[in-house]
Amino acid sequence: MKKIYPDAKAALDGLLFDGMLIAAGGFGLCGIPELLIAEIKRCGTKNLIIASNNAGVDGFGLGQLLEGKQVKKMMSSYVGENAEFMRQFLEKELEVEFNPQGTLAERMRAGGAGIPGFYTKTGVGTVIAEGKETKVFDGQTYVLERGIVADLSIVKAWKADPSGNLVFRKTARNFNPPAATCGKVCVVEVEEIVPLGALNPDYIHLPGIYVNRLIQGQHEKRIEQRTTRKRAA
Amino acid sequence: MPWDRNQMAARAAQELQDGWYVNLGIGIPTLVANYIPKGVEVTLQSENGMLGMGPFPYEGEEDADLINAGKQTITELPQTVFFDSSQSFAMIRGGKINMAILGAMEVAENGDLANWMIPGKLVKGMGGAMDLVAGVKRVVVVMDHTSKAGESKVLKQCTLPLTGKGVVSRIITNLGVLDVVPGGLKIVELADGVTEEELRKATEAKIVN
Repeated sequence: MKKIYPDAKAALDGLLFDGMLIAAGGFGLCGIPELLIAEIKRCGTKNLIIASNNAGVDGFGLGQLLEGKQVKKMMSSYVGENAEFMRQFLEKELEVEFNPQGTLAERMRAGGAGIPGFYTKTGVGTVIAEGKETKVFDGQTYVLERGIVADLSIVKAWKADPSGNLVFRKTARNFNPPAATCGKVCVVEVEEIVPLGALNPDYIHLPGIYVNRLIQGQHEKRIEQRTTRKRAA
Repeated sequence: MPWDRNQMAARAAQELQDGWYVNLGIGIPTLVANYIPKGVEVTLQSENGMLGMGPFPYEGEEDADLINAGKQTITELPQTVFFDSSQSFAMIRGGKINMAILGAMEVAENGDLANWMIPGKLVKGMGGAMDLVAGVKRVVVVMDHTSKAGESKVLKQCTLPLTGKGVVSRIITNLGVLDVVPGGLKIVELADGVTEEELRKATEAKIVN
C-alpha cells in the first residue's frame, strides 16, 4: 500500500478526463488544494463540473481553471470574488448550480457516507427548492437533496502520515473532510508528511481509508481579506 | 437623527443573551461584536467551521488558515473549537445556534427575507444564509430602512428571490426596531429623534398595533 506520490503530476496521473465531476475542498482561498488545481490547469482537462463552495479569485485557486475555460459547471454557494467567473456566467459560457452552503457540505458528506439523498428545510419556499421533491415531517416541509459522488476529490490538509491519516489546521479544514469522503478517488496535498506513529490516533481528523494518493509540497496560502487591529500604544 | 451603522450594531447587540451561541452576518452585523454588553458572554460561530471567534489579529500576526466567513483574518480564543463545514451546518440546521443577525436587501411583513441575489445584476450566491435562516432559532435583520434611491426595503412582499420564507423575527433599521407579528409589523422602538410618522412613511409593509 503505497499512497505517497512524488508530486501533483504523478498523483493525478491517469485520473483526469474531460467532463468529469471533481469535488474540491477549501473556503475562499483558505485550505484550497492549490498544487492539484495548478496541475489540472497544466493538463488542460476540459468540461469540468466542479463542486466547491467558492470559485477562487482571478488568477488563483479555481480561478485558474476558469481562465483556461476548463470549467463547464460550478456547484457552489458563493462566487462573488471572481470577475472572470461573473463574466463567463453572465455571457452563459459557464453554468452555475447554486447550493446553500450547508446543503453543499451535507451533499458531499451524504455522498461519501452512502446516502443518496436527504431531506432538509434549507431552501424551502425559495428557487432552490423548485422542481425538487418535498415531504412534510411533523408538520414542517422539507426538500429532497441528492448526495454527491464525485469522480475525483482534491483536498488540502496540514499533516498526513504515510497511511493517509489527515490532520487539518484551524479554519482550513472547512469543506476538505466532506469533499474527501465523496470522491471515487481522493488525492490529498499536505504541508508535511510525518512518520507512522507521529500522529496521535485520538487526534486524527480524517481516517486514511478515504485517502488514495498523497503529496507533500510548498503552499502559497494566499490571504483574501487581510484585516488587522492596531496595538494599544 | 436616524441611527448610523455603529448605532444599529449597538442596538442589535442588546438582543444578545448570556450564554448564547450567535452567528453574525457580513457587513453591519459583523460590527455587533464590538458592542456586546458587559456581563453577557456569547460565543460567536463562523460558518466556515469555528466556534469562539476572536478579534482581528495584530498586524504581522495574520494566519492564512484562520479566517471568518467573510474571508477576513481573525484570531482564536481559549475556548475556540474548529470543525468541518458539514459539522458547522449540522449545528446550524439542527437548531443549536440561538440567534443569527444578518443583513438584508428586502424584508416583508410576513417575515420573508431576500438577501442573496438581484436577477441579471448581482449574482454572488447565498453562501450560508439560507441554512442559517432555516435552522437558527431567532433571526434578526439589521439593514437600512430604505434603499439609496429612497425606496422602502420593508415591504408587503419581497420582490427579489427569497432567502427564506417567514423566517425573520425582528428588524433593526436606521429608523427603529420592528417585530414580525401576526398581520404585519409592530413598532418596538424608534431611533433617537425619529418620529413614528417618519418611520411609517419609510415603511411599505403594514404596521399593526
